[in-house]
Amino acid sequence: MVDLTQWCRSMDQKKTAYLGLFAAIAIIFGYVESLIPFFAGIPGMKLGLANLAVLFVLERYTWKEAALVSVVRIFIIGFMFGSGSSIMYSLAGATLSLIVMVFVKNKVDFGHLGVSVAGGVSHNIGQLLVAIPATHTIGLLYYYAPALMVSGVVTGLLIGVLTKEVLKRIP
Amino acid sequence: MKKKEAVFIGALLVISVVLCIFVYVVPHGTHGSIQITVDGELYGTYSLDEDQVIQIGDTNVCEIKDGEVKMTEADCPDHLCIKQPAVGSAGGYIVCLPNRVVIQGEGDSDSQGSDGGFDAVV
Repeated sequence: MVDLTQWCRSMDQKKTAYLGLFAAIAIIFGYVESLIPFFAGIPGMKLGLANLAVLFVLERYTWKEAALVSVVRIFIIGFMFGSGSSIMYSLAGATLSLIVMVFVKNKVDFGHLGVSVAGGVSHNIGQLLVAIPATHTIGLLYYYAPALMVSGVVTGLLIGVLTKEVLKRIP
Repeated sequence: MKKKEAVFIGALLVISVVLCIFVYVVPHGTHGSIQITVDGELYGTYSLDEDQVIQIGDTNVCEIKDGEVKMTEADCPDHLCIKQPAVGSAGGYIVCLPNRVVIQGEGDSDSQGSDGGFDAVV
């Protein structure tokens, strides 16, 4: 169990500033994405720009910091632009995505691109897995999974390349 | 990029594209009607042959026109269901997640000569 007070005290100032900065960036990305109409009529298909911030934090620090930024982002975006149900879907996607990303990063030793693609696909699958019990419609998996997988791979590659460039440029 | 990453990404892409072709391109028989469920319970089954406006509970309105169904009204904040493409004879789903409304294109068991039925299966 993480001792939160101890953990907060141990954070240096640069880290605190970075986490706040990237949480803010993730929130702005979430807002920008809410302005873009979604593609091809598939619910849940999006660029995943906010994952850029989470990936950066995951590369620079550990999964704990990434989870913190992710959760802060989801609740703030959810309360400002979404609804209770959108928070539920985002949390499911982000949780599965983070677990998979940490696994492939630490256990399989993937680089940025592989981690990002794995994260993109698992985020979409996580959202879909919550949509099935919410609508009691198992057919959604069959009908939406292929499109969401393709979009997860493509956007994952894109975000992976971006993250690599950002990591290179921010000390 | 490491070799195993390239293999992983390539394999994932191939699998998902093959799944896409199987699900979206290969025809799965004809669809002549739609089924509307709210919260997992059947709300009604409607024929696509007949143009009509269907009120789904207090939350959504969909319209059948020219053999296709489209969500026209919803009280949810994002209106994603309204932006989803019309579902016609090729089947598919329109989903309103906040209101848990699902419109599903269904196999047409009445139509003659369709190969989508399961009549011959023992």
